[in-house]
Amino acid sequence: MSKPNAIQLTGVSKTFDGFKALADADFTAKWGEVHALLGENGAGKSSLMNIVAGLYGPEGGSLFIDDNPVKLRGPKEAAKLGIGMVHQHFKLVAPFTVAENILLNLGHIQTSGLYRERLRRVSEDIRTMVDRIGFNIDPDTPIHRLSIAEQQRVEILKVLLAGAKVLILDEPTAVLTEEEAESLLTTVQGFAREGAAVILVTHKMNDVLRYADQVTIMRGGRTVTSLRPDSVSVDELVRLTVGESTTHTDQPSAERTPGEPYLRVSDLTSTAGRRALNGLDLTLNRGEIYGIAGVGGNGQSELANALMGIPEPVQGDMEIIGGGDLAELDAAQRRALGIASIPADRYGSALAGPLSIADNFALGDIHSGRYGPFWYLKTRAIEADATKAVHQFDVQGVRSLKQKAALLSGGNAQKLVIAREFSRPPRLVFAHSPSRGLDVKATEAVRERLRAARNDGAAVLLISEDLDEVMAMADRIGVMSAGRIVAEFSRPADRQAIGQAMVNHV
Amino acid sequence: MDLITSWIGNIPEFAVPFALAALGLIITEKSGVLALGAEGLMLVGAVAGIGAYLTFEQNAIALIMAMMAASVVSLLFALMVLVMRINQVISGLVLVFFCQGLSTLVGTLMGWTNQPVPGLHAIALWPLSELPYVGRFFVQNIVVYLTPVIFLVTVWALYRSTPGLRLRAVGENPQASDAAGIPVLGYRLAAIVVGAALIGLAGAFISVLSTKLWIANMTGGRGWIAVALVIFARWSPWKALAGAVLFGCIEALIPQLAASGIKLSQYFVFMAPYAITLGVMIWVAASKRDTSSQPADLGTPFIREERT
Repeated sequence: MSKPNAIQLTGVSKTFDGFKALADADFTAKWGEVHALLGENGAGKSSLMNIVAGLYGPEGGSLFIDDNPVKLRGPKEAAKLGIGMVHQHFKLVAPFTVAENILLNLGHIQTSGLYRERLRRVSEDIRTMVDRIGFNIDPDTPIHRLSIAEQQRVEILKVLLAGAKVLILDEPTAVLTEEEAESLLTTVQGFAREGAAVILVTHKMNDVLRYADQVTIMRGGRTVTSLRPDSVSVDELVRLTVGESTTHTDQPSAERTPGEPYLRVSDLTSTAGRRALNGLDLTLNRGEIYGIAGVGGNGQSELANALMGIPEPVQGDMEIIGGGDLAELDAAQRRALGIASIPADRYGSALAGPLSIADNFALGDIHSGRYGPFWYLKTRAIEADATKAVHQFDVQGVRSLKQKAALLSGGNAQKLVIAREFSRPPRLVFAHSPSRGLDVKATEAVRERLRAARNDGAAVLLISEDLDEVMAMADRIGVMSAGRIVAEFSRPADRQAIGQAMVNHV
Repeated sequence: MDLITSWIGNIPEFAVPFALAALGLIITEKSGVLALGAEGLMLVGAVAGIGAYLTFEQNAIALIMAMMAASVVSLLFALMVLVMRINQVISGLVLVFFCQGLSTLVGTLMGWTNQPVPGLHAIALWPLSELPYVGRFFVQNIVVYLTPVIFLVTVWALYRSTPGLRLRAVGENPQASDAAGIPVLGYRLAAIVVGAALIGLAGAFISVLSTKLWIANMTGGRGWIAVALVIFARWSPWKALAGAVLFGCIEALIPQLAASGIKLSQYFVFMAPYAITLGVMIWVAASKRDTSSQPADLGTPFIREERT
């Protein structure tokens, strides 16, 4: 039971731009164990592990390795102490071979000899390691010819060959298929059995239950508890991860009778890469908000892209009842049908930052000829409409309509997007994380707009990784997992049940 | 007959500056720094070479000083693109104009303009030099013979050494290199300075060994052709060498045509190298060869990511 401590963190805090990412977090991982670090997006898991890997300096608290206090000055020092981290985003040089990439990373290990000789030795080391742990990687293959799962294995080989005894894997299964994830986790479990310490950062309950010896749960930058996964029920684990309901079930919206179906999506499947969307079915009714909940990376972005007309390789039907195929519509036709899109990346996909507020507003209606023919823009008409919209939608911080849209704060930029999208009464609204990064007041304003659209009979689809938001807004909730809607709930929905559906699949 | 013999004999003199400048550019650009300043650095090398020869009367010193002068001026470029992270295209253009002014000013003030220098005597590579037609190709100065050696050493350093691996890694994926503990900016600085030295040598070759005097702006756009040559060669040193010989052939042909009595407008003669460059670029674009050999991070300033 009492294996020696490998890594111990006590009372660690870290702040980014005033945002407290970690507050008094404690964590202990022992040699010979797979230790899962479980929590929702933004719980602080990655920040905590980046401190262990020497990428961030903690503001308070201490780090112990083998029960000795250490101060890390950078990732190289962490590597020397045998700590290796595999990041979510791989750090590999694509045109180089596996061996060259690994050789690059061995800078701190002094090896002598000519370059060819060193490369040959590294290749040999790779072959030996690959045979031992059962990876199928050829050291002479260039990285760009490897699949994502293989590239991840190269990252693991990289830290192992650099002498890592403590292996930190940040969301390793997020990019893998189920079989790939299984094989990877079995392998890392093997490392732990041989005495290494493995830390598995994850938000997948299944990974924890099947592979972890110990689990530490984080929520809101704090470590909630640390326990053995087999000592508690799944319900308890979910409750600890999701937290007690903080939702004010403020919905006075009585029993709503949903209208007729307006959008029918059937068997939507990604045609490229891993199957981000995998046979998704969904029906959206008039006069209702359909909320899509789910852990990030389960196909939400791909679904949003497909629906909003952002290029996305999918097949399947997206039929607007009485309006034809959604995928066939061009931007002007989408406008004419009253389709409003609020993408997640408001500065990237919704607004043209360097253009003025008035220009950004006018973009929505420019096809219709409302602002003049192609060779002449009626600036007065644009400004008149923009002024009205800015007032009506309460876009603050507008000193002049000629001001660049990029200068607006997040909340006001979002209000500008909504002002444009709702400038004609919308009949179908797609909103992806519409309140991400907004303060309480702006969030409420955005939500009020969506509710108003719903009350006027629009069909609203709300995709959000924030369960609280979905709970507060939606009349019906679909839980998305592995590219499909795996469960549907009607109001009043049980938060625990939704949480469980979110994490139980995959 | 004489025409062909002297044409072939003149090819190296035109090809070597292209080859050395292109090689210098390849070193710099492999590290991810877009180097458009070659024309300016060649002028600096050219004027410094003549100045050093007139002062020390030693060809070796002249060439070495030319390389050093170009390297010192390239530090200014490094300051702009690495430290201040100014747009690399703008920085390269500014460097060219600055060097044009600087070299003209220094050459005039020091009275180096139109002062003839003897250059290096040619060495005949017997028995190759006795071959019919191509014999004159093997009667060249020592720098011409050294050029393939410089290429060999560079290729070995880039592709067969650990520093070379790191330099290329920095140009392909600086974030990954940084994570592997490689000093990204240090490697880029070294690549700029070493590249500039070769470009300076190319300039000095033109002034000290080929034309044998300094005239303001005497490189006449060869630095730009070298920039195009690098793209044409897809950042491969050997292809760049082949391209340099090809351009050398074409450039050496023009004076031969004029000498043979074919009436050519002098403006056509001036225009020809650029027209040919244009044609080659279009041909390369149209032949749709893979573009993946371009260093992936070329032209992008490196900023360590604070939080991902």
